[in-house]
Amino acid sequence: MSGEPRPLHSRRDDPQALAAGVRRGDLRTIARLITFAERDEAAVAQVMPLLQPHTGRAHIVGITGAPGCGKSTLVDQVIAIARAATLRVGVVAVDPSSPFTRGAILADRLRMQRHSTDTGTFIRSLASRDELGGLSAATWDTVRILDAAGYDVILIETVGAGQLETDIVAGAHTVVVVAVPGLGDSIQAIKAGLMEIADIFVVNMADRPDAAQVVNDLRDMLRLNPDHPTWEIPILTTVATVGAGLPELWAAIERHRANLRESGAWAGRLKNQARAELLKSLDRQWHHHVQERVAASGSLARLAEEVASKRLDTHSAATLLWEELGWKQR
Amino acid sequence: MSDPIIRVVVAKPGMDGHDRGAKIIARAFRDAGMEVIYTGIFQTPEQIVSAVIQEDADVLGLSILSGAHVHYAQEISRLLREQGADDVLFVMGGTISKADRPRLNELGVAAVFGPGARTGDVVKFVRDWAAEHRAA
Ligand SMILES: Nc1nc2c(ncn2[C@@H]2O[C@H](COP(=O)(O)OP(=O)(O)OP(=O)(O)O)[C@@H](O)[C@H]2O)c(=O)[nH]1
Ligand SMILES: [Mg+2]
Repeated sequence: MSGEPRPLHSRRDDPQALAAGVRRGDLRTIARLITFAERDEAAVAQVMPLLQPHTGRAHIVGITGAPGCGKSTLVDQVIAIARAATLRVGVVAVDPSSPFTRGAILADRLRMQRHSTDTGTFIRSLASRDELGGLSAATWDTVRILDAAGYDVILIETVGAGQLETDIVAGAHTVVVVAVPGLGDSIQAIKAGLMEIADIFVVNMADRPDAAQVVNDLRDMLRLNPDHPTWEIPILTTVATVGAGLPELWAAIERHRANLRESGAWAGRLKNQARAELLKSLDRQWHHHVQERVAASGSLARLAEEVASKRLDTHSAATLLWEELGWKQR
Repeated sequence: MSDPIIRVVVAKPGMDGHDRGAKIIARAFRDAGMEVIYTGIFQTPEQIVSAVIQEDADVLGLSILSGAHVHYAQEISRLLREQGADDVLFVMGGTISKADRPRLNELGVAAVFGPGARTGDVVKFVRDWAAEHRAA
């Protein structure tokens, strides 16, 4: 073992073979292709066109909420219920990387390990790595790979901490936002962009005091924002550790799916997701393009020098930099 | 493109529930810039190998205090081989006597870190391995 060189940078894999492996449900191929997607390797751009026609079947469910609110435990329970209904389940669990070392401890899987050997469940942990939307692209490539591999339900777990993570789950068909009692102002904790994207609210840790209060707060808040003509956002209570309230959560997820299908919003969700993803991709490419231009020209160093020696102010220097790099002012 | 990030599965097989050592090494890998998929305690060889495959790990780090290291090395190596994942770097740590090490190496364990090993040594071993195998 570990004697053979292992191509961490594989450029030799044939796109046709990779796509066929995914379609066959070959676990090694699926896992490796996800790695390529995480690294934004050229192979992915060649394989995804082959897989795209086979996507669109899976029900994509996002689960988000504050750190430690019980998301992974809920996912573990949802897997069990979906599997009992003979659905195949893919999980994409996203955890933050350290901005300093790039390292990460990905501990979501820990709560789902009982499903590790189940051939109908595929669990993949992703670290957030960079902030420029690369995570979003990798997450959604992973979702599409699992979709093309025939997983019926795909669960995306992200911490609902910042815009980055919120954007990722916002494109799912069904977004489950998890709240818990005991986080001070319960609503405050899920305000940042999460209220707007919830299709289902879960108040987890209902075995703790004040769960009813969180439910009431959420209900009051929803009353103030009644702008869902075809879907009444349910507020459910769960104790994820013992599975209480989980059948009701699953029923709500299924009801939302049916609702999307009937109202014609099913495709609209993914269209919004694609739009957001394309914009991010544009941002990312633009960013790299700008970086390259800056690196190739001496303008930045020279203008910085001018500003430091007070011959120029930053605003004028920025205008000059922009023009020297070859762009017109807006 | 920057160097690919090394992904490590850290697992603890068997029936003892002391995961202090496993957590320490998990943190050391993280602090060295690796992504650690921590699967926790009471893991069966099947669960561990499934995690290695689905997570496309480069490295499997096993923490063992129960004394059943030869058994687990044998089982896990066999499963890795059967499932085409024996290109993964397999390392072990814990209360493992020097006398057992040659046998473990034979079974496919690339390195064994006993009670006296420093986390820095483990990290360095994994890094060196990755640097060598990344060239492909
Ligand atoms: N009392 C109680 N504890 C719970 C409940 N659900 C989860 N927990 C516990 O809360 C802790 C965190 O659960 P996780 O499922 O890992 O939470 P998470 O939201 O996935 O955490 P991160 O991914 O780190 O943000 C664990 O110790 C769970 O056992 C619940 O309903 N009641
Ligand atoms: Mg989690």
